[in-house]
Amino acid sequence: MKIAVCIKRVPDSEARVKVAGDGTSLDAAGVKFILNPYDEFAVEEALQRKEAAGTGEVTVIAVGPAASQETIRTALAMGADRGVLLQADAVPADGLAVARALAAELRDGGYDLILCGKMAIDDQSYQVGPMLAELLDLPCVTAVTKLELAAGTGTAEREVEGGVEVVEFPLPAVVTADKGLNEPRYPALKGIMAAKKKPLEVKPLAAGAAGVAVLGMTLPPERQEGKIVGEGAAAVPELVRLLREEAKVL
Amino acid sequence: MSHVLAVVEQRDGALRKVSHEVVTGARRLADALGGEVHALVVASGPVTGADQLGRFGADRVVTVTGDGFARYAPEGMAAVVAERATAGGHGAVVCAATATGKDLAPRVAAKLGVPLASDVTDVAVEGGAVVVTRPVYAGKANLRLKVTATPAVVSLRPNVFTPLERPKAATAEAVATSTPAGRVTVREIKAAPAGTLDVAEAPIVVSGGRGLKEPANFKLLEDLAAAFGGQAAVGASRAVVDAGWRGHGEQVGQTGKTVSPTLYVAVGISGAIQHLAGMRTSKVIVAINKDKDAPIFKAADYGIVGDLFEVVPKLTEEIRKARG
Repeated sequence: MKIAVCIKRVPDSEARVKVAGDGTSLDAAGVKFILNPYDEFAVEEALQRKEAAGTGEVTVIAVGPAASQETIRTALAMGADRGVLLQADAVPADGLAVARALAAELRDGGYDLILCGKMAIDDQSYQVGPMLAELLDLPCVTAVTKLELAAGTGTAEREVEGGVEVVEFPLPAVVTADKGLNEPRYPALKGIMAAKKKPLEVKPLAAGAAGVAVLGMTLPPERQEGKIVGEGAAAVPELVRLLREEAKVL
Repeated sequence: MSHVLAVVEQRDGALRKVSHEVVTGARRLADALGGEVHALVVASGPVTGADQLGRFGADRVVTVTGDGFARYAPEGMAAVVAERATAGGHGAVVCAATATGKDLAPRVAAKLGVPLASDVTDVAVEGGAVVVTRPVYAGKANLRLKVTATPAVVSLRPNVFTPLERPKAATAEAVATSTPAGRVTVREIKAAPAGTLDVAEAPIVVSGGRGLKEPANFKLLEDLAAAFGGQAAVGASRAVVDAGWRGHGEQVGQTGKTVSPTLYVAVGISGAIQHLAGMRTSKVIVAINKDKDAPIFKAADYGIVGDLFEVVPKLTEEIRKARG
């Protein structure tokens, strides 16, 4: 099975966000970067599919700065076979520009399955996967928590408000991963060593004109620190009184 | 002057309530652009509630019906929406950033060859262009974006655009389409057990963390949630979801759901940054934790320092009493 996984380098979810001097982007000083957690589910799924098939190749592809090579190496250490970086100083704010660049790279690759995370935890745009599918004219299922593949077809489950949709689609397809799909493995030392020797191709990103412009990034107002009502169960009646009379939420 | 296409949602022939928010957001844009709001719903027959959209400012309600559109059919619906937007020369296309809208909007944008401003919390028009605000890094920051392409495709975060009554004598139109539903089909929808609220939609959320000590103790939170009489959902911290104590659908935080209920009760949750990011826009936050130095108390409006195994049952009892 030939599988491509689109991945992204993002700030760790524990990172504190500060606005950079330009007023439009993240101040990356001191920020730890990781493989986007939803992309980790996508990489794991690809590896499991390849292992189940007994044959195949898993390609990981990223759009981002040179440091994204580390992110790709993480996926290679997990077990992916080769990596491609479409390098740019920054990831375009226009998701369609990203999807177009990925589509151009993946179009003639003959992939049976293209996996992405359902979103990146930095810009939370939820869009590159389904846009990529449209551009490649492939079926697509997003935010998948369960995936079954048979010859030429797939069945996926995705959470919707008040239930779970069971979706059927033909292959090849684009599937975006949600938490719950699998348990991503940790790269073993052997994998980390092997990853250093795996092919990683770096090309300049050929992105078209962006259809959005970032005007500014601001931090939301801090919440006002509240009060400790008291200690232990004895404080509960006072808490309920405050919720009813002061906060008016009961 | 340009019109706004408001793409609304139905499930099994009934309009979904979030549609009122979509029309409200679309109305705001249409007023600024000097145009009309055209509500569009794709279904397999008449949609209950579609005739109500004039109340929220729709000038025209179009129901497009076709085979295979009873449930969400991503490819066919995206084709219908893109076709209508092109034919109507709309300046903006608005939908909800629900599970369906998050899937549909990028497809529509890609078909139209324009970007998507997703999950926005504010929309405006500045100098003729649509400008949106959208939370990034799970709400740790807000980004203001100007959409320079036309139409501007925008999805609205649910529960943010409070439906506003703007009565219009909307014209209704039903159009049959021969557009195929597409290759991706929803075979069934497994409904959540009756009475279970989605943590992202519930007005009250009671969340638990490691402090609960073991999965069985979440019964305490389920009882507390039940005391709120069908208004509350149970949430969970990443630590307990990763440990397999609770389903991932309940996780609140940067790698889970972002919630903004009226009341958020954090029980035995220390308050990691990624958790705080997911619930900081809640109206009122209550924290119950035995560690008085836990960061959660910095984010909370009201805190009780103490043993949750004593505090929570007492709270359940008092809430039952308060609700009579």
